[in-house]
Amino acid sequence: MPDRPLLTVSNLTMQFGGITALSDVSFAVDTHAVTALIGPNGAGKTTVFNCLTGFYRATSGELTLRNGDRTIDIVRILGEPFRPTDFLNPWRFATRLFYKCFGGSHLVNRAGLARTFQNIRLFREMTVIENLLVAQHMSTNRNPVAGLLNTPGFRRSEKRVVSRACQWLEVFGLKDDANRIAGELPYGLQRRLEIARALCTNPQIICLDEPAAGLNPRETEDLSALIARLRDDHRITVFLIEHDMQLVMGISDHIVVLDHGVVIASGRPNDISTNPAVIAAYLGDTDTEAYTA
Amino acid sequence: MDWYILIQQLINGLTLGSVYGLIAVGYTMVYGIIGMINFAHGDVYMVSAYLTAISIAVFTFFGISSIPFLLLCTVIITIAITSVYGWAIERVAYRPLRDSTRLAPLISAIGMSLVLQNYVQLAQGARNQGVPTLIDQVFRIGDGDAFVQITYLQIIIISVSVVSMILLTFLIHKSDLGRRCRATQQDRIMAGILGVNTDRIISITFVIGSAMAAIAGVLVTLYYGSFDFYVGFITGIKAFTAAVLGGIGSLPGAMLGGIILGLSESLFSSFVNTDYKDVFAFSLLVLILIFKPEGILGTPETEKV
Repeated sequence: MPDRPLLTVSNLTMQFGGITALSDVSFAVDTHAVTALIGPNGAGKTTVFNCLTGFYRATSGELTLRNGDRTIDIVRILGEPFRPTDFLNPWRFATRLFYKCFGGSHLVNRAGLARTFQNIRLFREMTVIENLLVAQHMSTNRNPVAGLLNTPGFRRSEKRVVSRACQWLEVFGLKDDANRIAGELPYGLQRRLEIARALCTNPQIICLDEPAAGLNPRETEDLSALIARLRDDHRITVFLIEHDMQLVMGISDHIVVLDHGVVIASGRPNDISTNPAVIAAYLGDTDTEAYTA
Repeated sequence: MDWYILIQQLINGLTLGSVYGLIAVGYTMVYGIIGMINFAHGDVYMVSAYLTAISIAVFTFFGISSIPFLLLCTVIITIAITSVYGWAIERVAYRPLRDSTRLAPLISAIGMSLVLQNYVQLAQGARNQGVPTLIDQVFRIGDGDAFVQITYLQIIIISVSVVSMILLTFLIHKSDLGRRCRATQQDRIMAGILGVNTDRIISITFVIGSAMAAIAGVLVTLYYGSFDFYVGFITGIKAFTAAVLGGIGSLPGAMLGGIILGLSESLFSSFVNTDYKDVFAFSLLVLILIFKPEGILGTPETEKV
């Protein structure tokens, strides 16, 4: 049963110049559950993802990820700016400096958070299997000389990562396309490959940004079954942004609704679908419009 | 036109071309990965020429008399120090500007090139420097007036270039490091999100490019015997031409472009006119850019609608 939340976002604020894209956003993503982040266009959903993966630096707020017994402060490993008080505390100064120099998106991934993008960002000129191998680079033999000489150790490690890549390809029904160039795959398969690739990094939590965008109803159905399998069979926490309400209501355990950068509701699917604030945000303010008409 | 002059010039051109190719690798890899032209690369090559002379002098002073061993030590030391130069240039002059406009690192690169030239000029003097001839044996094919002469050094240059290019190609296509490099080249942000430390990959790219330039530096210094603080400029521009000719961003393209440039230069200078060989080389570049802007082996950039 979900104990402590896996990912905690508290008081996240993101400002671009004078525009506040997110203000004081707080929510939690439970372990081994599917959490959906929904909201009308421009609500700031993708901005939340971008703050999580280091695309943007959050203006303020805390993002913490739990991985086993470790608690990781995402804002810190992305390299936060120095504050005057840092100069009084040498240890803080040293860690800030370290993450300023060596921190970045890659550490978020290594901490156990993977994500996909709204638009497909595959390595288009590589084969399907190579796309998955790049994602597994932490568990391959990274010694370039070993690769150059094709040593037995290198071959063993390659075999291991290839077999794991194949497991995910099988889950996603891509096994027959393993040696095709990723850019040549049809759209629906590219979407799946992107999720498979993110899973190859061995994440605790996977953030999917509109995984069903551009898919036909059948493909969407398959996707929703896949996401449920990830949660139930592979014990992976899923955090997704989606506009397809049928998909969201069908698989989510928890829904967070965002509108104009503010969390307006959060709860179980049934509560959300009847929540007046949510309906107002999606359909316009029915109270005023309906009564003035 | 005699057959033996043609063959002689082909060999000379191949030698020159493989050196251009080695230097062009640095341009093409850096362009591929961060989309900037590293104008300081030619000067990194120049630094490696000085390092060659210095290490030959130092090793001879310490009594290393076996020429193969001396050359091996020289190559290793030169590669090591030149790589540090390449790494430091990226760290100091390009990385802080990575998220600014496209022109900023370009200007910074030109500045870095001037800094290196002037620093070497101040440290080593403006005069021409030289190294002693270490290898002077030749192969001679044919007799009388009709002969083709291949120096051992030419053979060394061509074979070392070919071997380093093959090793590099294997490194990029077979090892995990190469996979990460290619991923970073295709989509840097996505590679970062998949856990690849892209900053390190970019540093490694600069180190590999500088190491190749260092190999070229050692070979050319041994071949011509003399150099000054300004050699990086013209050689750098030629190698850049080679990279564009072959298709910038493409590794085999850099080598092919280098060889085409070297061959055309040496053939033109022996059969047409020596004074205009550079004009010919750059006209070739202009023609390629007009008729096949992506280069010989480059992939055309597809504009997405």
